[in-house]
Amino acid sequence: MCLAIPGRIKSIEPFKEGYMSMGKVELGGIVKEINLQLVPDAKENDYVLVHVGVAISIVDEEEAKSSLKFLEQMNELDELYNSQADDTITKEELAKQGDAIITRIMS
Amino acid sequence: MKYLTEYRDPVLAAQYLDEIKKTVTRPWTIMEICGGQTHSLVKYGLLQMLPEEITMVHGPGCPVCVTPTHLIDRAIFLALEKKVIMCSFGDMLRVPGSGKSLLQAKAEGADVRILYSPLEAVKLAQQNPDKEVVFFAVGFETTAPANALSVIQAHQLGLKNYSIIASHVLVPPAMEALLSDPETVVQAFLAAGHVCTIMGNSEYYPIVEKYKVPIVVTGFEPIDLLHGILMVVRQLEKGEFKMENQYARVVREKGNVPAQEAIMEIFEISNRMWRGLDVIPQSGLEVKEKYAAFDATKKFNVPLKETKENETCIAGAIMKGLKKPLDCVNFGTLCKPSNPLGAPMVSSEGSCATYYHFYSAVNEVEKVEV
Repeated sequence: MCLAIPGRIKSIEPFKEGYMSMGKVELGGIVKEINLQLVPDAKENDYVLVHVGVAISIVDEEEAKSSLKFLEQMNELDELYNSQADDTITKEELAKQGDAIITRIMS
Repeated sequence: MKYLTEYRDPVLAAQYLDEIKKTVTRPWTIMEICGGQTHSLVKYGLLQMLPEEITMVHGPGCPVCVTPTHLIDRAIFLALEKKVIMCSFGDMLRVPGSGKSLLQAKAEGADVRILYSPLEAVKLAQQNPDKEVVFFAVGFETTAPANALSVIQAHQLGLKNYSIIASHVLVPPAMEALLSDPETVVQAFLAAGHVCTIMGNSEYYPIVEKYKVPIVVTGFEPIDLLHGILMVVRQLEKGEFKMENQYARVVREKGNVPAQEAIMEIFEISNRMWRGLDVIPQSGLEVKEKYAAFDATKKFNVPLKETKENETCIAGAIMKGLKKPLDCVNFGTLCKPSNPLGAPMVSSEGSCATYYHFYSAVNEVEKVEV
């Protein structure tokens, strides 16, 4: 129900008095007319989060990248505290877990 | 960046799982609020991959599921008796009221339509000036701005044939209701990322302080969920309770202010009945008196009748995290998505329906049945 997906703004319609701000947004290859009234700062090529035909947030690229690097940053911190190698999990085990997840996602 | 596939990376997921395993030392019970999160956790098999110390319990975060039966009855009444064009999101149609569902009403000749957006319903009202168009406006804070915009737009266009049935529920009061229950087992929350996209994080600080529970605002992709769980577990293990934001690429501290303004223009906060739970004070949104012309229940003379829930259904205990769908004797036998006895089985985001579709143990139930 609260499903919302990110899409890239292809174009924004010129402002018309008394009308809501609209634009064309590419969502996974499909271009849809989306209401941009709630993201007044959005520009062309920005990624916006779209929910039931309305853009509700601009996706922040820097934050998006930093959340993917969370583990890396955390591990760097850990290494500062603990220079000893951690052997609780081997690379093979990690690969095996990865494979298991791939199988689930594909199925 | 596509902001989607990157968060489904299996190798990164395995690294997060490994990190969670290294961090956890004791059993913890964590509730994810949103049904979309439950759906992802089960669909991607994350529940089975988490270390056994971590129990995820599934919150009441499916607005379709918690819509009380009497509102569905009203929608059916309007569609069948008042001959309106009744529109709603797809998952609302199969949900049974006290008698039938909107889909069954459609089969009996009612004009019931599935729409992607409430703004399409406004367009439909423009195109059909001789018909009444009603949108069954279901949702959490995430959907409230879109429903509010539809009323604002209809008002701007001077439409007299558009109205909504407001079935809006609010998340933070429900979290408080769960935490203040003496039976509660929840030790931490993954807050619903898209609700916070609209409302921001401010409502959660008092809950963190009052109930001393960690709350992490979390997204919906597998990496988001594992990241959120790791953040929660790190707090729990250290004995901390803080409000943190895993989903910062989308959720700003203050939320979306124009969206909040749209909500407050059209709606006011009221007490609200949650199907499967009870009346939760100040947990819903009603159309303001100023916009009463757009409130379908006021516009048409709709009979107000209270209805009863199925007595064997354990929906309340499931939505409080006290029981799991598989604990229910009716699960997969008497109660299925095609014939739901209670709230969590009705929509694809209800926890029972999610388990029914994806959980491996469910397949065994199915096999026995065949």
